[in-house]
Amino acid sequence: MSIDPYALTVNGREHEISEGWPGESLLWVLRERLGLPGSKNACEEGECGSCSVRLDGEIVCSCLVLAASAVGQEITTVEGIAPDGTLSDVQQAFVDAGAVQCGFCTPGLVMAIDVLLDSDTDPDDLTVREAISGNLCRCTGYGRVIEAVNLAAAFRRGETDL
Amino acid sequence: MTIATSLEDACCALASHPDALVLAGGTDLMVAVNRGDLPVHHVVAIGRVPELRGWRREGDHVRLGAALTYTDLLQPDLAVLQPALAQAARSVGSPQIRNTGTLGGNVATGSPAGDTIPVLAALDAVLELRSASGTREMRLDEFVTGVKRTALEGGELIEAIRVPVLDGPQEFCKVGTRNAMVISVVSLALVVDRSGRTVRVGLGSVAASPLRATEAEAYIGGHLDWDGGRPPSAEVVDRFTELVVGATSPIDDHRGSARYRRHAVGVLAGRALARAVGAA
Ligand SMILES: Cc1cc2nc3c(=O)[nH]c(=O)nc-3n(C[C@H](O)[C@H](O)[C@H](O)COP(=O)(O)OP(=O)(O)OC[C@H]3O[C@@H](n4cnc5c(N)ncnc54)[C@H](O)[C@@H]3O)c2cc1C
Ligand code: FES
Ligand code: FES
Repeated sequence: MSIDPYALTVNGREHEISEGWPGESLLWVLRERLGLPGSKNACEEGECGSCSVRLDGEIVCSCLVLAASAVGQEITTVEGIAPDGTLSDVQQAFVDAGAVQCGFCTPGLVMAIDVLLDSDTDPDDLTVREAISGNLCRCTGYGRVIEAVNLAAAFRRGETDL
Repeated sequence: MTIATSLEDACCALASHPDALVLAGGTDLMVAVNRGDLPVHHVVAIGRVPELRGWRREGDHVRLGAALTYTDLLQPDLAVLQPALAQAARSVGSPQIRNTGTLGGNVATGSPAGDTIPVLAALDAVLELRSASGTREMRLDEFVTGVKRTALEGGELIEAIRVPVLDGPQEFCKVGTRNAMVISVVSLALVVDRSGRTVRVGLGSVAASPLRATEAEAYIGGHLDWDGGRPPSAEVVDRFTELVVGATSPIDDHRGSARYRRHAVGVLAGRALARAVGAA
């Protein structure tokens, strides 16, 4: 049984969702209905963070957000952080630091780090580790990820180019 | 689907759909929905009800809206009034989980491993429940009746949770497999009430429902140097931890054995006491 159509605001654009079923997660709707596969699905239980998006600015697991409950909220996915075909500062820092291996965790990490650097452009090591503690990476061992954070932070402080 | 924007809204929606699921942060509920364990028909989302998102001081108590998130509990002006609750909130999940998971959701889930449970038990928290037909109050230990079983009735919400503001140090400790993203294997909250000259100890993951170590509390309350502030002797600490361990009835499960839990809760009791009142 499908539910009444509703609208979600994703990356500044309004999308109508029709014929959704009542229990659909935001992650599912983003990937399967809106053609936005940037947010990854690895666990669907909040453990891995690969589905992280911003909901009214805060970082959340989109797999744990009931899609129909997010009406009227500002949703930002990894597709929405830089104009098409370009990279955001955090994404460029990931490339420069070699922080991407299989890449499955990358969109979630990029979102979590974006949120961190919005409030703190000079985070200490513990703050960085805390900010990404909800994002699992099976490949990098986090060393290069933390380098990428430091690079992007230095860029936001105006100390380096990317 | 109802996205409630007022308390009245939420209660009305629940009255007309008594079988509706109450959705707060979704961090417990959506895990079950994604697994296919929980059929979804009508949902009443309460996360955006302003009355449930606020808190205020009322005399010697704080009244906490049920939909306060862990991130809300960490705000400095609230954390200073409820330090053990803030420490527990700080230990939950990850930034993502703390931004969405709520106090009311933790209580309504009624898991023995819920990190706010030992703190609320130690504080003798009172729950305010509301439905379209009225309100009632309940102590936490009356509300959580067993593992993931509560006294919540169809059409009813947890509206708020009242806890006292106490004069004295508070500690929350938890044992798990790592620091982040971990469900407690055992947890313990210890709060000191200097004016009442009592120490209160709540325990998590060592019994089916919220547990207080009442004998240990009475013992340590009678053996602390309330006027001089000298730390308790090693013998007193040992007897205290022994009594805490004696209060528990843990089980073996996938997170730990009963024997390990008994050992660990004793370690936590000694540690929390030393942090709160010092060690000789
Ligand atoms: C990755 C991960 C890590 C976690 N880590 C921890 C942890 O470290 N410690 C811990 O204690 N928990 C942890 N949890 C569990 C969960 O986050 C908490 O129990 C949280 O407080 C649940 O709150 P919620 O708002 O998300 O509840 P929801 O999922 O929205 O609801 C949970 C249940 O409570 C009911 N409910 C919610 N609010 C109310 C209300 N006001 N009145 C009546 N019923 C209500 C719902 O109907 C549902 O049955 C974790 C979960 C995940 C996914
Ligand atoms: S898919 Fe959402 S946290 Fe893993
Ligand atoms: S790069 Fe493969 S999981 Fe992180």
